[in-house]
Amino acid sequence: MSFTATSATSDERAIRLEGLVKSWKGPSGPVHAVRGIDVTISRGETVALLGPNGAGKSTTIDMILGLARPDAGHVSVFGRAPSDAVKLGLVGGMLQTGALIRGLSVHELIAMVASLYPDPLDIAEVLELAGLTDAAEHRTEKLSGGQTQRARFAVAVVSNPELLILDEPTVAMDVEGRRAFWVAMRGFAARGKTVMFATHYLEEADTNADRAVLLAHGRIVADGPTTEIKGRVGTRTIRATLPGVASDELAAIAGVNSAERHGDAVTLVCADSDQAIRELLPRYPEARDIEITGAGLEDAFVRLTGEPDDELPATGTQAQSAR
Amino acid sequence: MTTATYTRYELLRTVRERRLMFFGFGFPLVLYFIIAVPNRHMQDFANSGVPAPLYYMVSLASFGTMMSMVSLGGRIAGEREAGWTRQLRITPLSPRAYLRAKVMTGYTMAALSLGLLYIAGATLGVSLSAGEWIRTTLLIAVALLPFAALGIGLGHLLTVDSVGPAIGGTVSLLALVSGTWFPITSGFLHDLGQFLPSYWLVQAGRVSIDGQPWGALGWAVVLGWTVVLVAFAGWAYMRDTGRV
Repeated sequence: MSFTATSATSDERAIRLEGLVKSWKGPSGPVHAVRGIDVTISRGETVALLGPNGAGKSTTIDMILGLARPDAGHVSVFGRAPSDAVKLGLVGGMLQTGALIRGLSVHELIAMVASLYPDPLDIAEVLELAGLTDAAEHRTEKLSGGQTQRARFAVAVVSNPELLILDEPTVAMDVEGRRAFWVAMRGFAARGKTVMFATHYLEEADTNADRAVLLAHGRIVADGPTTEIKGRVGTRTIRATLPGVASDELAAIAGVNSAERHGDAVTLVCADSDQAIRELLPRYPEARDIEITGAGLEDAFVRLTGEPDDELPATGTQAQSAR
Repeated sequence: MTTATYTRYELLRTVRERRLMFFGFGFPLVLYFIIAVPNRHMQDFANSGVPAPLYYMVSLASFGTMMSMVSLGGRIAGEREAGWTRQLRITPLSPRAYLRAKVMTGYTMAALSLGLLYIAGATLGVSLSAGEWIRTTLLIAVALLPFAALGIGLGHLLTVDSVGPAIGGTVSLLALVSGTWFPITSGFLHDLGQFLPSYWLVQAGRVSIDGQPWGALGWAVVLGWTVVLVAFAGWAYMRDTGRV
């Protein structure tokens, strides 16, 4: 292999998506998974692809990895076609659906994958990075859920890729597993690598990425630094029992975006719930049964896009599109 | 960058699969002893002119190797379900190298199965000349080509739930109509069998019995099916990986 890492990746744009469109054949007609995505990710960025199930995250990732071909539009990875970037070992991916093959130890599995690449990392280094040094001699079928995901992470990074793509890597992991996983991811990103991960947890995006790209039914609805995105979608809801106060009056409270009443129960959607509760209580001390909840990402998307996500396919459809 | 290491690990994890070891190798071996031991003194089995232990050694060699090859499909279907096939597609491993490793795995399993049956035969007094052993083995290797393609095709076409019955059913039926279990010397089954690759796989084993290697028909049938089933495997692979 005569390419050096520099010449193979001289393009400073790690990912460039232009007018990307992709539909799948679903059980009840076509599923318009991606409906026009334009985005550029620069080298060294850690970007969260944030969106509810069926937003088009996995489909977009499949196209970046060359596993699916766009119906329209263009994908380039370090200025190359995805399949060429994959052949050069520039891209590592951890797919959404996936188990490990049986019959090998973790060390053997990583060595097997490493052998396919021109310039892999040292196996011990990868095990250390993924927090699997102690499990190196364990058979893949004997690992815990968290260890399995970290072994899949190790498979994705052993090639020492310039771009690492993770599709909902912490699904079905417990709190401790998630924490250990993100430590491993940040350890890899700290090497100057470009990382893109899909998630439907705002918190994960906020904690682990510099930038978030929000997808909803196949389009980008917001793109910016995670702090800014969090302010836009991170609204909270106050629910209380409060008879005899008009919803107009409640909506006028500072920090409240909108208010609704159902019988004696009121629901206040707040941009700043801290401020709203401070004003609400002195003004209406009779308010009781107060609950403050973070809005789900799905609610946030409905507000951002101004329409209910009617084309949200069932989880089954997404599992199918992942094939 | 070489795929030798990859292939070596493929083989390693295959031989570590205990269930596969038992059903792939243990089953034909047990069957052989059950059938051949009670008849081991029968010097002219079913008027075939050969002793029962030899007759059934070559029968089970064809059955066992065919099963080893087609069983590739079960492993491939399992890897697809686990998402491993997709994971490999985002590595530089070429489809050619991937398929080559699968075929080599199939041949290694077939060779182990064959070796065990040869040893089992020898313990029951089967004795052949070196030339006969070699010729039989080489012809079996050629006759297994279509079955390697069949296994790969089924593995990329079927789900992990349906591939098992499909493989078991196909192999059992082919073995039956191809004269594995008892000689079929005339009639419809004989006429049909001659056009099946499994018939010539059984005949490859019988080289050591009647000394007749394949004629033109044998080569034509085996190579013809190889072409057809390689095309089938290629189609199934392309369809599965969305490269059509």
